[in-house]
Amino acid sequence: MAESAVTTTEASTSALPGLPGVVADWSGDKNAFPVPWGKAMMWIFLLSDTFIFTCFLTSYMNVRISTTVPWPNVSDVFALDIGGRRIPLILIAIMTMVLITSSGTMAMAVNMGYRRRRANTTALMLITAAFGAIFVGMQAFEWTKLIVHEGVRPWGNPLGAPQFGSCFFMITGFHGLHVSAGVVYLSVVAKRVWSGFYDRKGSYETVEITGLYWHFVDLVWVFIFAFFYLW
Amino acid sequence: MAAAVGQEIAVAHEAAAAHAAAAGHEKAEGQQHPVAIYLWIWVLLFVFSTFSYLIDYFHLHGYLRWSLIIIFMLLKASFIVAVFMHMAWERLALKFAILVPPLCLLVLIGLMAIEGDYTFLTRLASFLH
Repeated sequence: MAESAVTTTEASTSALPGLPGVVADWSGDKNAFPVPWGKAMMWIFLLSDTFIFTCFLTSYMNVRISTTVPWPNVSDVFALDIGGRRIPLILIAIMTMVLITSSGTMAMAVNMGYRRRRANTTALMLITAAFGAIFVGMQAFEWTKLIVHEGVRPWGNPLGAPQFGSCFFMITGFHGLHVSAGVVYLSVVAKRVWSGFYDRKGSYETVEITGLYWHFVDLVWVFIFAFFYLW
Repeated sequence: MAAAVGQEIAVAHEAAAAHAAAAGHEKAEGQQHPVAIYLWIWVLLFVFSTFSYLIDYFHLHGYLRWSLIIIFMLLKASFIVAVFMHMAWERLALKFAILVPPLCLLVLIGLMAIEGDYTFLTRLASFLH
């Protein structure tokens, strides 16, 4: 099993580059994608998730274009009073920084994994999960603020267009669900790294696959930040 | 800056290839790259995010605002996919399989934008009467 994987990787490195390589990879009597199957499957899952998130963002665009009621001033809705000053959108800016920090620690965890540094990998993955948990916590704070103090509901809100509520809860809710699932996923894999499971297996590719998922969550946030919060 | 990062990627690629060659028949490890490249991308992501936030903070408006938002968004997304998700080092067959299908979504976005305009105009016409 492990031997065949190595052979596939070696065969691919000697294969053709560029477009002739695409034809050779897809037409040859071999694996089309010279990566571990788990990685290929994770990429395909992320591709399908891309379609789901784009559907949400596209429907948000559609209702925002078509509503005749003014859209709430997002910059002001997500402002916070810090030290007596009202700073616009600061909550979302901090959440963005938290997620980017976690993405960096995840990248380092993958790197340390391939260097076989078990303790470093475990620590970095747990730090990543902790940042993810902080992000979800801040989101819970944001939701509480909007639901309890501003009276925003999925079917309407006192700030303006009722579509704002439905889009907000749907998009950030689905993203928050992904982050929460990622925190669990990271914790499980971190525990396995610590137990030496991947040393025995002989490969740390699972850490990289977990990293793909986590970076995707950050990637989706880049688009949500641009289209929902800045637009 | 972007050119420097491109060079970093190329250098990293060569280093990885050299590493794989040096390893010979030892266990080949997948995506191993110098730590420096991750740190650079990390810094860039912070810089781009800060710029994105400042666009809102300084109340930029109109085409300047929209183009800057889109540019920083695409830069961040590309760096995450290319370096953090290692897409830059994958074979072209996998790149095509993952990156081409989302282009279909541009059709959906275009259609829904037209549809949104149409609905808006219809609503205006019907509410005004």
